[in-house]
Amino acid sequence: MNINWAALGQVFGVSVVTTVALVGVFTLGIVGTAPRKGGSGGASALVRSGAYACYAACAAAVGYGIYLIVA
Amino acid sequence: MEHITLLIGIVIVTALVFDFTNGFHDTANAMATTISTGALRPKVAVAMSAVLNLVGAFLSVEVAKTISGGIIDESAGIRPEVIFAGLVGAIVWNLLTWLAGLPSSSSHALFGGLIGATLVSVGTHGVHGEAVVMKVLIPAVAAPVVAGIAATAATRLTYRLARGRDEADTARGYRAGQIASAALVSLAHGTNDAQKTMGVITLALVTGGVVAPHSDPPLWVVVSAGLAIALGTYLGGWRIIQTLGKGLTDIRPAQGFAAQTGAATVILASSHIGFALSTTQVCSGSIMGAGLGRKGGVVRWSTAGRMVVAWCLTLPAAGLVAGGAAFLAEQGDWGVTAVAVLGLAVSGAIWLVSRRKPVVPDDAAPASEPEPAGVVTQALQAVAPPPPAGPSVTAPEPAVAATS
Repeated sequence: MNINWAALGQVFGVSVVTTVALVGVFTLGIVGTAPRKGGSGGASALVRSGAYACYAACAAAVGYGIYLIVA
Repeated sequence: MEHITLLIGIVIVTALVFDFTNGFHDTANAMATTISTGALRPKVAVAMSAVLNLVGAFLSVEVAKTISGGIIDESAGIRPEVIFAGLVGAIVWNLLTWLAGLPSSSSHALFGGLIGATLVSVGTHGVHGEAVVMKVLIPAVAAPVVAGIAATAATRLTYRLARGRDEADTARGYRAGQIASAALVSLAHGTNDAQKTMGVITLALVTGGVVAPHSDPPLWVVVSAGLAIALGTYLGGWRIIQTLGKGLTDIRPAQGFAAQTGAATVILASSHIGFALSTTQVCSGSIMGAGLGRKGGVVRWSTAGRMVVAWCLTLPAAGLVAGGAAFLAEQGDWGVTAVAVLGLAVSGAIWLVSRRKPVVPDDAAPASEPEPAGVVTQALQAVAPPPPAGPSVTAPEPAVAATS
């Protein structure tokens, strides 16, 4: 019996890090675009563009996912 | 196509039926939480998943050369009868778990069926024990753990980052993200699981001498396998969708997003690294993880326990049915006929029982007022009697059957 622990560990590490990173970045995008609770007005332009950059990063990740499925 | 014997024809039809139950069974993986958080309406969700499964079936150029990934020694004399028996075992187990509303791996059912049929007809040397451990048992144990930890951590993080924000303001963003993750899961499912059916049909054609060994599946095989899985996905196993979307835990948009993203990541990362984890276990694990990640979130362990029991039973149960079917089918033409008739009778009986307490798409949609999700059926109690107390054992009122 030869269990490939290295591959399993790699799957674990990559999965956890990628999931947390993606969810974190996407949440930053949401936080940047959603109205502040009881706040005055919308977010500043800087925050907004940062948020859109977060969304773009997540879109790129989805694109890479499709690439992985197709390839 | 001119030399397809009746037996090969039966195997092809059975393989397509299995493909249908596979889509039917696994809709929940991609769409259960997408529906229960309200990201997509039930019918829209299954339609999207069906289209992506169909697309996925055509996407991959890497053909399933071996139907079982080395678990079965396919050169040890696998005849069409054996494949037929294995498929019948897998279909029966898929239908039984659907009746009980339990997500279980369709791939494991197929492996179990093929293993059982091979053991009976060829003997122990036809099965590679080490491959069973490496490709079925370890992934089945690892998948919910990996996906669960990833989803728990992601859920914690997203709630921390978005604290101070109104849930109503962030829900739209989370739902949009969840749709993207669910689409990836659907696409990956179509690519992987439709391939398996194509592999089975191609192997049957090879054993019947219709196509040359090691050849790619003919186009009609690709098309019919893709259509069968898409049709199954569209009809949707609502019982399983309800269990995963509402029964395991109460999912809010942020959790649904974290769970689905975790599932998509684990599925793609694991198959890319070469240690493929079972989709069903990944998705169930990530939903439980998301349930644990929210403060005040609860996982209904009685439902989770029944699910785990079903996972453990999948391989032996499908194998047992398939073994019996293989024994019968070996007896000659009347045996094959008997297996086909019995298989149809059992499937019909399961369907009839399911009509007594149907689960309709709206049962899986977010309720206007929160109510404990109930997913108890008589069959389920027979599989694993649940403890008498707890929120998840409230029997739902018989819903009005809507066959729109």
